[in-house]
Amino acid sequence: MKKDVNKSAELKLLISRILVYAILVFLAFLCLFFFYLMIINSSRSNAQLKTGFTIIPGGNFMKNFSNAWHDGSINIPTGMKNSFIVAICSALLTTYFSAMTAYGVYVYNFKLKNFVHIFILAIMMIPSQVSAVGFIQLAFKYNLTNKLWVLFVPSIAAPVVYFYMYQYLQATLPLEMVEAARIYGSSEFKIFNQIVLPIMKPAIAVQMIFSFVGSWNNYFMPSLLLNSADKKTVPIMIAQLRSADYSKFDMGKVYMLMLMAILPVMVIYIILSKSIIKGVTSGSVKG
Amino acid sequence: MQKTEKLPKTKSISYSRWGYIFIAPFFIIYTIFTFYPQLLTVYNSFFEYYRDGLTIIGPRFVGLQNYKTLFSLNTSGYVPIFKFMGNTLWLWIIGALPQFTIAMLLALFFTSTRLDIKGQQFFKTVIYMPNLIMASAFSMLFFALFSQVGPVNQLLVSSGMALKPINFLGMRVTVQSLIGLMNFLMWFGNTTILLMAGIQSIDEALFESARLDGSTSTQVFFNITMPLLMPIFIYVLITSMIGGIQMFDVPQVLTNGHGIPNNTSTTLIMYLNNFLGISKNYGMAGALSVLLFFITAVLSGIVFKTINRK
Repeated sequence: MKKDVNKSAELKLLISRILVYAILVFLAFLCLFFFYLMIINSSRSNAQLKTGFTIIPGGNFMKNFSNAWHDGSINIPTGMKNSFIVAICSALLTTYFSAMTAYGVYVYNFKLKNFVHIFILAIMMIPSQVSAVGFIQLAFKYNLTNKLWVLFVPSIAAPVVYFYMYQYLQATLPLEMVEAARIYGSSEFKIFNQIVLPIMKPAIAVQMIFSFVGSWNNYFMPSLLLNSADKKTVPIMIAQLRSADYSKFDMGKVYMLMLMAILPVMVIYIILSKSIIKGVTSGSVKG
Repeated sequence: MQKTEKLPKTKSISYSRWGYIFIAPFFIIYTIFTFYPQLLTVYNSFFEYYRDGLTIIGPRFVGLQNYKTLFSLNTSGYVPIFKFMGNTLWLWIIGALPQFTIAMLLALFFTSTRLDIKGQQFFKTVIYMPNLIMASAFSMLFFALFSQVGPVNQLLVSSGMALKPINFLGMRVTVQSLIGLMNFLMWFGNTTILLMAGIQSIDEALFESARLDGSTSTQVFFNITMPLLMPIFIYVLITSMIGGIQMFDVPQVLTNGHGIPNNTSTTLIMYLNNFLGISKNYGMAGALSVLLFFITAVLSGIVFKTINRK
């Protein structure tokens, strides 16, 4: 009798395992399928694409690449250059200054310390679109449209990154370390730049990636601020593809442009996926 | 200054100015690029201020007129703000429902010691990936695949499943489903990882003792996992909702900004975007932003409450 129970339990476990793996494989397939299709289609000629789906690549990858790269109306090399400038500057500024702000609040005792911390937490959830109206108005008033720095300088004040850095400092930086450095005569900035920043490297790396990806993909504000062809970023160009008369388009080129738009982030993800996934949880759930 | 540093009591006082120096860049930039624009947004909401062709109308103080306009019937016979609020909520729900159901299931699968799933890192890596993809490119890809001349229609027609190409982008049901599907694909991996971390933070001993007591997995789920996961679950749900309110890129690119058909997929931020486009209607855009702020503030309030209860 007991043996039978064990056996049926084992069978049940086996069946549920098979079911679970089937679900997982299906979902993984769903996630990969669209990107696989994008890659395949970017290697096919317009005529080949008119024949429908296939899982075999066509031979037009390099030709599509060159067509997309030298396209007359969508200047993707310039777009990628602009996107890189904005994304890299945002990543550097947001991590350095958020670490600095977090360090300031964590290490020093000053009157407004608690107020500052709570204030930053409170503004964390305000969507950026709420300041957009005033921001756009000011940008047009002071002739700041089509200036890339307008897109990355505001990232110096990033409440979410601050919060992450603060938590990281709480977990890793003993205050005695700062005291000890002072005894050796280090100045406050030197302590931050030469002792604290190296300790914060893992946190900075994670936030740099998220910040890079965030601004690389950002569409709303740039689309309202950039309208001259030589300042547009990649998402604006992709949206432009949609408003063009697509039936006249070489679709091979369109798929290639989409592939170019997502490729930098994909490469980063393939290399750093482990630490990125770790970073997803460490910042948010602990709150 | 240097001399007093040796005394412990005055030490903290002498260093306190460094605190202000370190936080200064944040607050200077925040004031100029976020806080002042926010005040200006609120200020604008009380003025008639827009562009009509090449002439600029206003700014003229109109009190609460913009708010009244926001909540009144338009020429098509509906209240735009209610319609777009409804659209935004509905588009969020049809993505979030499968997103949270699947994510909850996957989180339970991954954390189950009984199932002992292999290759977790691989599955997590794959399902999280769509979250990092440029939303506008993802949306453009769906457009290319589902357009009248796209490969999906070719497959349907050539295989005989449809007599003529289906106008996926011309029907409410299909447009909304595509948006829901994209939002689901982009976010279920993220939610899975967050819920998983939540389950893992529950004391393992509780599961152990329940198992020894002979509880079924359903009992464990409803009596241990879910109640203890609740704060994190609500946190993830509300932040997803706040993200939902900001939904823009996917429907904007898929429908080319028109919310086709008949504005049934126009979201609140698309509506805001229309005001900020050529018409530069700072007055109406301001009123709409103030409303968005209050909605988000209420939701954030719930988040903070749940976190603090924990």
